[in-house]
Amino acid sequence: MHKVMSNKWFITLYLLPALLLVGILIFIPLLLTGYYGLMRWDGIGAMQFIGLENYLNVLTDGKFWQSAGNSALLAVFSTLSLVVYLAVSMILASKIKGADLLRKIYLIPMLLSSVAIAQLWIKVYNPSNGMLNEILGWFGVQNPPLWLADPNIVLYSIFIPILWQYAGFYILIYYAALKGIPESMVEAAKIDGATPFQIATRIKLPLIMGVVKVTIVLAVVGSLKYFDLIYVMTGGGPNGASEVMASYMYKLAFGNYNFGYGSAVGFMLLIITLVVTVIIRKLTADKEEIQY
Amino acid sequence: MGRVGYFFLYFCLGIVALFQIFPIVWLFLFSLKSNREIFAGSPFALPQEIRWENYLVVWEGGIGTYFWNSVWITGLSIAITLLFASMAVFVITRMKWKLSKLVLGLFMIGLMIPIHSALIPLFNMFLSVNLINNPISIVITYTAYNLPITMMILLGFYYTLPKEIEEAAIIDGASLHRLFFRIILPISAPILATTAIINMIYNWNEFVFINTFISSDQYKTLTVGIQNFVGQYMTDWGAIGATLVISVLPILVAFLFFSNKIVEGISSSAVKG
Repeated sequence: MHKVMSNKWFITLYLLPALLLVGILIFIPLLLTGYYGLMRWDGIGAMQFIGLENYLNVLTDGKFWQSAGNSALLAVFSTLSLVVYLAVSMILASKIKGADLLRKIYLIPMLLSSVAIAQLWIKVYNPSNGMLNEILGWFGVQNPPLWLADPNIVLYSIFIPILWQYAGFYILIYYAALKGIPESMVEAAKIDGATPFQIATRIKLPLIMGVVKVTIVLAVVGSLKYFDLIYVMTGGGPNGASEVMASYMYKLAFGNYNFGYGSAVGFMLLIITLVVTVIIRKLTADKEEIQY
Repeated sequence: MGRVGYFFLYFCLGIVALFQIFPIVWLFLFSLKSNREIFAGSPFALPQEIRWENYLVVWEGGIGTYFWNSVWITGLSIAITLLFASMAVFVITRMKWKLSKLVLGLFMIGLMIPIHSALIPLFNMFLSVNLINNPISIVITYTAYNLPITMMILLGFYYTLPKEIEEAAIIDGASLHRLFFRIILPISAPILATTAIINMIYNWNEFVFINTFISSDQYKTLTVGIQNFVGQYMTDWGAIGATLVISVLPILVAFLFFSNKIVEGISSSAVKG
């Protein structure tokens, strides 16, 4: 029995397709990105080795830091919005009729492609016929801002569809976690005279903290990788005001054919993502995991 | 909690539901209107006369090609991903070998990486083997990048399978291939369905790879194709609306029928991360 289940040929044969695909199409390219970052290269001609020049330039590139700052802001917004999702989930999980249907309705935007979402929200924000200005008009707002053309607010305008897209996802996760809390614990707190707010913050929140930590990682890392929606809605504009790291890298490589420098930015994106992931994991690491 | 309290809670939940659903309803409405009606009338009014012509216009404009490309590229990628992921998870969880934990960890690292960091070398690789502007590059890329998440969802199921299944099969003289294809794969059908639907959503909505690797219209999928259409119909909101509706409809229909599977897949793809 044991011999059959450790058949080396069989293991190799079954593992190889997946391992080759992931190795060749994910891991090797990641390493190559770091290597290409050492080159001057237009994507077509020969590469020329220039050492760390690209990486040093990234460190002093104002546009890169602007895009990194925007990515960081989106990460902060996304993390803060988790509080709202959590509050909605708390309500949803408190013996609400139709909770199952509601959380499915909330999830619908998550199923659409970011491109379709971007195109839809371009229409929502349209200055003359968009849904948003029409609604604001009912409330007497006369001169609404140019949502996607004003560099001071474009990042906020872009965050709204992001909120819209992912709300259902986080609510779904929190709802499932909250439903996993044993009823007896909540009942015991009620008997002890705890208010609904106390039950939510003192009993339920600590019990689902593990899940909350996972969602913080997802929200932050997801924001750092953000691309499709911004690329389609604003192309990073106006004047870099909504540029993020991924869109900056894409523009450098596939817009300006600056593949060497683009690779250096891409590699920075990788390093930043990995470092941030490790830091958040460390910061939120449990001293003792709560058991229930 | 009193009646007023509950009313307030339902009110909050209702507002969120409205916010989530309304832009999509608005999209359906303007996809059925004429430009005159869109620009002059209230954006929330029902169309005076339902203009299916908008849909006809974009269908005759050639959105069908993009649609079928999305269908077959999504379908083929799902089939290969599910097969390769199942094979790998089977040997990682059920077979006895030293490096299984390490190899599993390697696959799971694939969950974290930003795809943009791999994009330039991938492009260069495909260019050097003449796979740029060839849908094969898209299918294998989708497969590779969906393998980690698919494997993660499958893992839980494979770990819970009782050992007796293999023991009985092997004692009966079944080969390992037979054990995998005739016994393990069929009993994993429900979880495979979940992973299939998660893969479907990812592949159907994918944009960066197709936008970067494919340049000719005959191989483009809907996500890139609708970009062309929006540019082309610039001021014709009805046509743009119809384009967007066509691109999202298959996923919404799938959701209508398989919402429980989708909910299950999305939660299991996240929480363990």
